[in-house]
Amino acid sequence: MENVINRHRTVTILVMVLFAQVIGLAVQVRRPVEGEPVRLIRVWATTAISPIEKGVIGLGNSLHRVWSGYVDLRGARRENEGLRQQIEQLQLQQLRQREDAAQARRLQALLGFKEQFISQTLPAQVIGTSGSEQSRLLYLDRGASDGVKPDMPVVSPDGLVGKVARADRGNCTVLLINDQLSGVGAMMEKSRLQGIVSGAANGTLILQYIMSDEKVEPGDMVVASGGDRVFPKGMPIGRVKSVSRGASVFYSIELQPAAELSRLEEVLIITKLEQRAPEAITAGSARAADILANRLPTVPPPAPTDENGNPLPPSRSNPPIKPNASNGNKPPAAGGTTRPATSAGGNPATAGTATPTPKPKKSPAATAASGEQDLSGPTGAAEKPPETPLDPKDAKTKKDTSDKQEKKEVPPKPDGPQGAR
Amino acid sequence: MRAVMAQSLRTDVSVNRFHPAALVGVPLLALFLQAFVPLKLHFVSRFDLPLLATIFFAVSRRNQVQGLMTGAAIGLLQDSLTGLPIGLYGLSKTVVGYVASSLSVKIDSENPGSRFLITFGFFMLHQLVYFTVARGMVRLDLQWQWQHELLGAVLNALVAVPIFMMLDRLKQRA
Repeated sequence: MENVINRHRTVTILVMVLFAQVIGLAVQVRRPVEGEPVRLIRVWATTAISPIEKGVIGLGNSLHRVWSGYVDLRGARRENEGLRQQIEQLQLQQLRQREDAAQARRLQALLGFKEQFISQTLPAQVIGTSGSEQSRLLYLDRGASDGVKPDMPVVSPDGLVGKVARADRGNCTVLLINDQLSGVGAMMEKSRLQGIVSGAANGTLILQYIMSDEKVEPGDMVVASGGDRVFPKGMPIGRVKSVSRGASVFYSIELQPAAELSRLEEVLIITKLEQRAPEAITAGSARAADILANRLPTVPPPAPTDENGNPLPPSRSNPPIKPNASNGNKPPAAGGTTRPATSAGGNPATAGTATPTPKPKKSPAATAASGEQDLSGPTGAAEKPPETPLDPKDAKTKKDTSDKQEKKEVPPKPDGPQGAR
Repeated sequence: MRAVMAQSLRTDVSVNRFHPAALVGVPLLALFLQAFVPLKLHFVSRFDLPLLATIFFAVSRRNQVQGLMTGAAIGLLQDSLTGLPIGLYGLSKTVVGYVASSLSVKIDSENPGSRFLITFGFFMLHQLVYFTVARGMVRLDLQWQWQHELLGAVLNALVAVPIFMMLDRLKQRA
């Protein structure tokens, strides 16, 4: 026996080394145990490589800062002007969206919903990858010493990136959402259909478990559903790239990731997610339409006149009308909100990108009937919102009252923008 | 091609030695570049620099035990950087290290043509072992795509020729 081993020494060693690795693989492949310690070799390898990666990244960043901050300033003035214009457009857009968000919060408060809020994030630099086509990992320069823990979500400004798989002392490992071991609770933004997003072996992002009798179109946005209790609800995952019917009852849906997963340089680790009931913003909050109306040029309202057409002097019982005050012609909508002013039938989100121009004034009835809300004058768009009805009975009473008023003064139009809302 | 093969097949072979720093430093550098460069140049993930280091040391040292041990060490370190079970690259590179050092006794590994062919063949062997273990033992959902693998083998073989020429400077004749 000893002779045989000596004669085939190299083969014996080969078999022993292979056997040891196969046993090691078999131990790892068994069902993972919660809280299992990290393999020491992983810690060693990461500890050996990450300081060099940090150093190289730091040096590169320093050189880039010197170049971009002192040398390469050509076109900065033009870029600055462009950015200023962009900021103005975004501010207008933000005003309109703030109104929608406030309405959503009021409704959620009424229904007792609890939301997840991202309350604390930690910026991190990407310092390395797994270097393998079969495993999609990123290494970040933040670790357990910075408060990073496993399962913390990692995002970029464009969308979801992944979650922390392991946190060492000075760095952490992120499992990308397109890795085949990853899984994210997801839903279609429009249709609210729920499924699971995971990665394929070749790195494509796949949305699974959407029934093939549902309507899914390329370009549809897919967001995190929050059902996995890891990723914050509503965070963009990607857009539908292609849809095909497989042999099973489910679609095979390929997604284009919202974040550029192969070109990430900086990411945000969400270190704290709070779950709380949303607070309804009512008293003291300025409405988007009011602020917009204040900014835009207005035509002063005609002074009150007597029966003969002579102007009346201002008095307590007949105060001068402020340009943006409510004229009382149009009652508020049932929910206590009025849709922000848009072009007729336009989308409030997109309307903000165009520069608003003053329009000729219409009578309030005509404005309401046409579905338009004049941004420039004292119309319904400038009305002060009523307080949020916290008591459902109170809300119902107010709704009835406002409905009656609307029936009296506004010709019925079932498909107007207010109704559509 | 035949001429290259004929020239490559010979029996009088020389054994090379390396400084211990080179034996440790080159694989670590290969691992570092493999993990770092794809951040800036994504296509670099198609290359397997640790595999090239394994092949180079195996065919240069012409010692089967050293070859398989070097392959196992490099492979296990590469595994530790991935999120997959440790041993997938380890097994593949152990086999490549052993076979490369066994073959190197019979072929000339100094010739650029033979180096291209060696790397091409060992890349395919490496992928074959990796896929077999990954699908058979770890149950990973991998798809074997001939076009993808052949292209990877050609790319790695092309890169191997200049890299091996650079690494030749580290050789110390035994």
